[in-house]
Amino acid sequence: MQTAPFDYYRPETIGEAVDLLTSVDGARPIAGGHSLLPAMKLRVASPAALVDIGRIPGLSEITRTGDSLTIGALATHSAVAASDLAKSDCPVLADTAAHIGDPQVRNRGTIGGSLSHADPAADYPTLMRAIGATIHVTGSGGGERSISADDFFVGLFMTGLAAGELVTAVEVPVMSAGQSGVYLKHRHPASSYAVVGVAAIVTVDGGSCAAAGIGIGGVTGKPERASTAEAALVGNAPSNETVEAAAAAVAGDLADPIGDHYASGEFRVHLASVLTKRALAEAFGEVSA
Amino acid sequence: MEVSIKVNGKSYEREVEPRTLLVDFIREDVGLTGTNVGCDTTQCGACTVHLDGAAVKSCTVLAVQADGASVNTIESLANGELHAMQQAFTEKHGLQCGFCTSGMIMTAVKLVESHPDIEEDDIRHGLEGNLCRCTGYENIVRAVAEGARRFDPHSPWEMDPAEHKITLREAERRARERSRT
Amino acid sequence: MTATERAFGSSVLRLEDPRLITGKGRFTDNLSRPGMAHMVVVRSPYAHAKIKSIDSTEAAAMPGVVAVYTGGEMEAAGFGGIPCAWVVPDSDTQTPAHPPIAIDTVRYVGDAVAIVLADSEAQARDAAYAVDVDYEPLGVVVNAKAATEDGAPLVHDDVPGNQCFHWTVSGGDVDAAFSEADVVVGETIVNQRLIPTAMEPRAALADWDSSMESVTLWVTSQNPHIARFLLSLDTGIPEHKIRVVAPDVGGGFGSKIPHYPEDSMVIFASQQLNRPIKWTETRRENYLATIHGRDHVEEVEMAAKRDGTILGLRAKTWANLGAYLSTASTGVPTILHGLMLSGAYNIPAIHEDVYGVFTNTTPVDAYRGAGRPEATFMVERLVDLVARELSMDPVDIRRKNLIEPFTEGHEVATGLIYDTGNYEPALDQALEMFGYEEARKQQAEARSKGRLVGIGVVTYTEICGLGPSEVAGAVGFGGGLWESAIVRFHPSGKVHLMVGVSPHGQGEATTFAQIVSDQLGVAVEDVEVIYGDTDQTPMGWGTYGSRTTPVASGAIMGAIEELKEKGTKIAAHLLEAAEADVEFNDGVFSVKGSREEGKTIQDIVLAANTAWSMPEGVDPGFEASAFFNPANFVYPFGTHIAQVEVDPETGEIDFQRYVAVDDCGPIINPMIVEGQIHGGIVQGAAQVLWEGAHYDEEGNLVTGSLMDYAIPKAEFLPKFELGKTETPTAVNPLGVKGVGETGTIGSTPTVYNAVMDALAPLGVGQVHMPLTPEKVWRAINQAQEGGN
Ligand SMILES: Cc1cc2nc3c(=O)[nH]c(=O)nc-3n(C[C@H](O)[C@H](O)[C@H](O)COP(=O)(O)OP(=O)(O)OC[C@H]3O[C@@H](n4cnc5c(N)ncnc54)[C@H](O)[C@@H]3O)c2cc1C
Ligand code: FES
Ligand code: FES
Repeated sequence: MQTAPFDYYRPETIGEAVDLLTSVDGARPIAGGHSLLPAMKLRVASPAALVDIGRIPGLSEITRTGDSLTIGALATHSAVAASDLAKSDCPVLADTAAHIGDPQVRNRGTIGGSLSHADPAADYPTLMRAIGATIHVTGSGGGERSISADDFFVGLFMTGLAAGELVTAVEVPVMSAGQSGVYLKHRHPASSYAVVGVAAIVTVDGGSCAAAGIGIGGVTGKPERASTAEAALVGNAPSNETVEAAAAAVAGDLADPIGDHYASGEFRVHLASVLTKRALAEAFGEVSA
Repeated sequence: MEVSIKVNGKSYEREVEPRTLLVDFIREDVGLTGTNVGCDTTQCGACTVHLDGAAVKSCTVLAVQADGASVNTIESLANGELHAMQQAFTEKHGLQCGFCTSGMIMTAVKLVESHPDIEEDDIRHGLEGNLCRCTGYENIVRAVAEGARRFDPHSPWEMDPAEHKITLREAERRARERSRT
Repeated sequence: MTATERAFGSSVLRLEDPRLITGKGRFTDNLSRPGMAHMVVVRSPYAHAKIKSIDSTEAAAMPGVVAVYTGGEMEAAGFGGIPCAWVVPDSDTQTPAHPPIAIDTVRYVGDAVAIVLADSEAQARDAAYAVDVDYEPLGVVVNAKAATEDGAPLVHDDVPGNQCFHWTVSGGDVDAAFSEADVVVGETIVNQRLIPTAMEPRAALADWDSSMESVTLWVTSQNPHIARFLLSLDTGIPEHKIRVVAPDVGGGFGSKIPHYPEDSMVIFASQQLNRPIKWTETRRENYLATIHGRDHVEEVEMAAKRDGTILGLRAKTWANLGAYLSTASTGVPTILHGLMLSGAYNIPAIHEDVYGVFTNTTPVDAYRGAGRPEATFMVERLVDLVARELSMDPVDIRRKNLIEPFTEGHEVATGLIYDTGNYEPALDQALEMFGYEEARKQQAEARSKGRLVGIGVVTYTEICGLGPSEVAGAVGFGGGLWESAIVRFHPSGKVHLMVGVSPHGQGEATTFAQIVSDQLGVAVEDVEVIYGDTDQTPMGWGTYGSRTTPVASGAIMGAIEELKEKGTKIAAHLLEAAEADVEFNDGVFSVKGSREEGKTIQDIVLAANTAWSMPEGVDPGFEASAFFNPANFVYPFGTHIAQVEVDPETGEIDFQRYVAVDDCGPIINPMIVEGQIHGGIVQGAAQVLWEGAHYDEEGNLVTGSLMDYAIPKAEFLPKFELGKTETPTAVNPLGVKGVGETGTIGSTPTVYNAVMDALAPLGVGQVHMPLTPEKVWRAINQAQEGGN
């Protein structure tokens, strides 16, 4: 099944790419193409031109600087899942990557593409909100800026990227002692995407929960931060009751849930609560073990 | 646009429309029809090939994205003799109509490459991107386990394991180098 | 395998595999012809609308475009409507016109409105988007029961009430059964619509030869001879001028039985343009324009005595046929469904009313099991409900009502005469394999801890091996159901076996070679089975209804017997012995007691082919053809047991175990038979757990892609444990029964009953399939609220 015709550019640098994106009418970047090409084949999207950023050097490294990991925008899901650095310093990142789509999809899809696409059913965005990631972008004239995950995801398939701006890297904190993260998803049986995904990052210090980040995807138009639920955790001992209370609070953080034939908004909210409970239990279990 | 893609060890220089999908390049420009198309939403995996050593769905890669790359298809596996995975598929009856089979085998080869003792659960999980409507997967799972057990990485175009252990960047570097010469 | 090892009964590796595992499969879309153009179909985005105008000016001017045609042009060229090949008698069946390309009205989303021909598929697709169709939307109805209500929009103006037919089956005194009953249970079952989803989409390639005024059509068909016959009716091309070839076909499951509009379109376009024309369906089109299956609403009741004895079954069924009649549409919910309502049990009184209804949806036809899964589900569900009502174990109630063993035929209330059956041994074996008693104990323990573990048991039988042609005629099928075969020995002793059936994954290229090998002592590899080409094979009615082996093997055996006789005559002549003294064993004709001096079949074949010295009255050559019209259907049976666990919080179902003991008579190739059962189980279980086509009120198919419609993946499934019993049939010479559909027929109620068993402690009564987590979760909630 063919896409509509388009022009194709393959820049060698970010600068060139950004120039093309701002100068060529209707141009869109393509990275792994695993969100864009399916949409183009169904002619849901028909960009006039594609700017293939897939070969720009230096954009697929995973490196550690200080207390954070920086993942290049072109790092594939399988590269992240297999990364020793990710597995040791931020296991929840590697684990989330390993649960995206299927092996072939993971071999093509990139973290930058996933974040930029901002599909509410995607996995990475949910984790990024929970973990407090920073997204590094480059725009026209080579202007670089950093956007917090909280500001990056604006709505359904909408991000804080300005026209022509490219994601170059994502920065996440490494897991410190007493910190643990878990990502759980209720997978759609057909698409493999998350019907609901929940990421929970908790820090336990001196027997009580010192910090918590809960990200919830698939329920509303964008990945949400469950701040009421987080508040229910902080300062409390990680007991069953605390976990239950946090899970119960999740609903309050999820206004206007979306629904479809497979799962209504109400059910999604319910799943979010159950998955939050389970993710928290598992995360607390890891740090107290 | 001119592309140069190595398919099963042989270079093909062709003029293609940018929208040409890698699978159509393989089936129509190269004329190898072993790679099938079973869907339009990247779900079925019938089109799975190895792109620079990684299993990918060739219906969701543009030929221009694969410019300079090396692609191996189902036709590359048998080297006079059947590949261990092909042998296992026939012995364990891992196919009925055979439409999903090329993609299934190409995925399986990569799945077990370095896991001769792969567990059943990991096989099932690893086949998530490949749909089969005929077999109920039971015998495919058995075939993949058997193929893993006696996996022999030798096949004509993957003779040198180092060849497909190189990074994408290294492959790209080589490709650029070649196109310069 | 050596020729002396018995080929019958061994797991010979498949002869069709070498090409398929090396990427050399000959699927239709792999073929191309010099000068070929491509066809793309413009399809209606409306479920019901008047076509006010079609403007193809822009499309026709686009690069590479050769032509754009509409339904009117096709009609003017003499192409008629798509025929329906099955009209159930005594039912006032309405057969509204089905133009291959809609002429003034579209009746479902996906109905064809125009075709675009271009040099490349991409060009044809670009132009198809540019064809401008002006529609005037009309009222839409998608639900079968709603379609029969007063004031419902009419799908066809000439079909009042949207009712295609009203068919009944009746046996015994049903009213008396219900008035005498101690318990009556009932439910409204929605046997939801399924999408067959063969992994290979449909494709068709037509090459019109103007010099011979003949056409060759390569097409993804399960029955090329039926395709040719029907094409001769609607294309106007005489049957002997049509060659239909079904090369390798990537699965069908019923969806490649029908004669489809696109088959005619490519022929029409090839004639018009004098070029070969290829069309390949996208998956999206496959979901819209290839038939769907099931889609019944059934109001069902069962009457029983306090001791569990079943007295009667009563049902009213609305079968959604979609917008038009497909090839076998009306036969599926009637003959293949209603007649099977006795299941494996003695049920003295049965009555069913079936209403076939038109709606603004994709046509519905045979999908794996076709009618029988719906019947079996009904019966097995009701039996479980009776058991629950009487607090009986589902095994005990089944044992109590199972038909006792029979070898000479057993007549059930619907009028069918089952061939042979011995149901309890299969039940016992399955219980043993499952460790049923232990499993029930573990279940009780799990339940006491609040876990929702469930076990489902089903004892089924089904009708297949279609079938006696006299019955085919009596039930309104527009053709016969016999088969034919030609066994042709070439001078060197190699064999061509030509059959009219058309396997597409079931492995008969191997099993039929095994039959020839077993009977005539040639190596399996020396036999090539030729099928799927109307010019190369004798007439046959195709591969569906688990009929290929039980029916075609009868024809093969007929030809083999003739060759054995001929061989004996020739051998007697060459050995200068009396015919009566010659015996044939393991490929050698010899005088009794002197095998060493005997003649191998290859010797005889060579002698017959050279014909230097033939016995008097014996013709040269070594070839025989035979026809086989079976005396009855065959009725395989078995017991299936499943175990599941439901997550009470999320409604997710963990499919944990599956034991299947099936009896399909003597087994030619155990490996292949097991493969058929595995695939069948998964398709049946998928109906319970994942699959369901869903339309919105406007008639849009919401589950219109593999992104939304969940066919199973490897990781959803447990390992299957299979057992078997072997009860031969007397219907065909080898005693074999069909096995292609048993898995599907058995597994849907088994898995469903298992889930309902898991939910029983909570008081959940019914959940409609597919049992998606949300539906299960809601049912649990509702039951708990009700309980409070
Ligand atoms: C069958 C299938 C199953 C999948 N299952 C899942 C799943 O379970 N979970 C999940 O999270 N995802 C899933 N995906 C999506 C997959 O992860 C995609 O790869 C990912 O969403 C997009 O990455 P990409 O590199 O392919 O982006 P592309 O498709 O190339 O691009 C996506 C969008 O982002 C833009 N873009 C790409 N890169 C950049 C950049 N660096 N800066 C700015 N804009 C950019 C593009 O213009 C486009 O709009 C699935 C996809 C498929 C086909
Ligand atoms: S064709 Fe289905 S995934 Fe590529
Ligand atoms: S063998 Fe037919 S789809 Fe897998």
